[in-house]
Amino acid sequence: MNGFAAFLDRLAFELSRANKLRLMTEFLRATPDPERGYALAALTGALSFKFAKPGLIRALIAARVDPVLFGLSYDFVGDLAETVALLWPAPDDADRPASGNGAPLLLSEVVAALATAGKQDLPRKLSDWLDALDETGRWALLKLITGSLRIGVSARLAKTAVADLGGMSADQIEEVWHGLAPPYLDLFAWMEGREAKPASSDPAPFCPAMLAHAIEAKDFDALAPSEFLAEWKWDGVRVQAVVGRAANGRKVARLFSRNGEDLSAAFPDLMDHLAQVPCREFALDGELLILRQGCVEAFSVLQQRLNRKSVSAKLLADYPAHIRAYDLLRHDGLDLRPLPFVQRRARLAGFIEAGVGPRLDLSPLVAFRSWLDLADARRDPRRFGAGADAEAIEGLMLKRADSLYIPGRPKGLWYKWKRDPFTVDAVLMYAQRGHGKRSSLYSDYTFGVWREDDLVPVGKAYFGFTDAELAELDRYVRANTINRFGPVREVAHEPAQGLVLEVAFEGLNRSSRHKSGVAMRFPRIARIRWDKPPCEADRIETLEALLKA
Amino acid sequence: MAAEGAATGVEVLPAELAPAENMAAIDILSLTPAGLYCAAGDFFIDPPRPVSRALVTHAHSDHARPGHAKVLATRETLALMAIRYGPGFAGSAQAAGLGEKLMLGPVEVGFHPAGHVLGSAQIRLALKGRTLVVSGDYKREPDPTCAGFKPIRCDVFITEATFGLPIFRHSRTSAEIEKLLASLKIFPERAHLVGAYALGKAQRVMALLRAAGYDRPIYLHGAMERLTEFYASEGVGFGEIRKVSGADRAKLRGEIVICPPGALQDPWSRGFPDPLAAFASGWMRVRARAKQRGVELPLVISDHADWNGLLATIRETGCEKLLVTHGEADALTHWARGQGLLAEPLHIRAHGEEDEPMHAAAEGD
Repeated sequence: MNGFAAFLDRLAFELSRANKLRLMTEFLRATPDPERGYALAALTGALSFKFAKPGLIRALIAARVDPVLFGLSYDFVGDLAETVALLWPAPDDADRPASGNGAPLLLSEVVAALATAGKQDLPRKLSDWLDALDETGRWALLKLITGSLRIGVSARLAKTAVADLGGMSADQIEEVWHGLAPPYLDLFAWMEGREAKPASSDPAPFCPAMLAHAIEAKDFDALAPSEFLAEWKWDGVRVQAVVGRAANGRKVARLFSRNGEDLSAAFPDLMDHLAQVPCREFALDGELLILRQGCVEAFSVLQQRLNRKSVSAKLLADYPAHIRAYDLLRHDGLDLRPLPFVQRRARLAGFIEAGVGPRLDLSPLVAFRSWLDLADARRDPRRFGAGADAEAIEGLMLKRADSLYIPGRPKGLWYKWKRDPFTVDAVLMYAQRGHGKRSSLYSDYTFGVWREDDLVPVGKAYFGFTDAELAELDRYVRANTINRFGPVREVAHEPAQGLVLEVAFEGLNRSSRHKSGVAMRFPRIARIRWDKPPCEADRIETLEALLKA
Repeated sequence: MAAEGAATGVEVLPAELAPAENMAAIDILSLTPAGLYCAAGDFFIDPPRPVSRALVTHAHSDHARPGHAKVLATRETLALMAIRYGPGFAGSAQAAGLGEKLMLGPVEVGFHPAGHVLGSAQIRLALKGRTLVVSGDYKREPDPTCAGFKPIRCDVFITEATFGLPIFRHSRTSAEIEKLLASLKIFPERAHLVGAYALGKAQRVMALLRAAGYDRPIYLHGAMERLTEFYASEGVGFGEIRKVSGADRAKLRGEIVICPPGALQDPWSRGFPDPLAAFASGWMRVRARAKQRGVELPLVISDHADWNGLLATIRETGCEKLLVTHGEADALTHWARGQGLLAEPLHIRAHGEEDEPMHAAAEGD
């Protein structure tokens, strides 16, 4: 545990990707099985414990530290594991016997104990460990339990480090990853050339997704329109539908998010349809949407189906899920990813045309000759073939016709060209300290627009500004605080005194939870209007007009 | 407010010095927009703007400003202000000896060591049998570069709370110095740039390195030369110090270079071989703080009292009333109320940019 903690600590302060990789590869090389496997599991977020949850940590610290002092500390530090590690009333390191009682605690022991300990034993076990560990050890242990390490290492980077052990690529690891489990003895054996590649026993494995870059104005000059295909960018959820056959001959269908999270349980209607598609095996990328009377519904409608543990028959009937497909990755035993997009697309069209049922269709191409044509289509999808579905379109996707399917976000192949965001001039009303890397800075802003003579909050934004702007905003908040409510500061917001923020957002939903009746999607600070008096900010009528549109 | 003031003998203030909104007249002192003000003696303590008479606890720029008509401070503080602001930093300056008593009108005034930086003092005021101590900035940990803090009993204690949260424990400074020395062994090819505030922290880090047996020359950024020379002239030993300005930076592999924190991200740092950014500050206890500043090697070395230091000090003063000038006042006042003390935050913005961790002016933390 100490070695793992020290490693994690160094990794957390390392800034460069190359050095992070080097640190991880060295650690994985030097650390024996199964310790390194559990470390890898921690880095990739593969560990989850039934009873050891953040709530348990909160309960333990609540029994030891005044709740007000804990609250203020947590607010300042911005990370539960770190706050508790710093607050834990353990004997000073100097007073603690150098090696504790007997052998030092191993990461594998911790993982095993966390996985098997019952709800009753866990608090005692955890507090004993926390007493025995030093501050860094406590931090690492608590990080394991809270789940997200948040040390600037993605699962992908950790897999790259493993791949480096065997001179392979991260994609090769991804191929087998879904069939593996901690402590990954077979994976390390493969990397070290002691055993063959682990066989994937998963009949419907996830294919790591290929992602697009946001296009910038300057990119167009370097790109030839004739080399690209364009599709609508649907305002739904990117998913991957995979169907395969298990060893016992039964058909297995799965629905994954673009990060490989299994969404199947929430969409039994879709899974039934996928399993009935007359095809032995396939994997396709598409957009999860709600279709009613053949028409795509807005994202706010789809939201009714998201993040649900159980789905009622009524929900299934009222919100029928649908996949609009745009890429085919596997088909009848063939891996299509090494083929150019235009060929994959042709196979996809053939696959859909052969009959795949009512819940699956093909995302159409948008015809264009020049970037100017395409700009017109982006501005008005309705006129360029989208018809009634235009409201569910949030821009365009540009894909090089010859692009192979490369997991990750390769440069120069796929671009997203989103429609221009909506903007509104709003007045800063409250500010709250941020979390993570922005802890202790006032970086979360609640803003409002005028309704009659009062400001009514319409949203909250915590990004869109540069570090320099954040420093200015933070200073502004501190200098113009009129009230403090714990971590929240109320900032002066009068017609003649206050700060106007130009807020950009992607859409507006009706909301009964918000006093204003509206909820913004993806709001962020587009500009700080130091020049504009609050009385000139927008009114709620402006937003309500958008809802009706 | 008025009743409380009458009971503790505070004089009525002229309108322009009236206490700011929601801030009570605090005994012998009042908090005014121009800072802590003693009407009976007609003087301010650590005022942020020029005033007729200022008592200054220590020479950090958020406490010591130039342009006052009269300044009363310790000899070392006056000398440091002269180095920073020039000899004409005030109309006239009077040195207060530590432990001496002097009268300003009916108010008895005394300066006592605060252990923060060279010359730093707490200021004790006594009037009509009531005593009040303004801590200035202070720490309880021994520091080879300045006189150690002495707790003084008082009725009202006005304390800082830069690190007024129980997450802050700074008492392992020697281990932090060991961490720096260990890093030199691991990365002998990298120049170790140690960010440290120019007045106090830089000199303390150098003295601690020497105490830990480090005997290589220490390289010093130009902004710290004069302050360090003054420390040396006051008898603080630093061994061999070399100026970065005269050295060939490319050859400083494996050497320690002390520089202001702002220089860590400056183009200035780029001439060094594979520079490793360390930062000596109490803030380094919180990871996000270190990462916000791009620090690879955080060194938890603070010139402020940590949580336990604050609590111990408050207890030792025996005060019945606690006022918190700046820092994490909410936690400290919450604790103090739980101990049966009267406690209020003052939110003095001018002090301690601790509340503004990203801003360059923060000193001495």
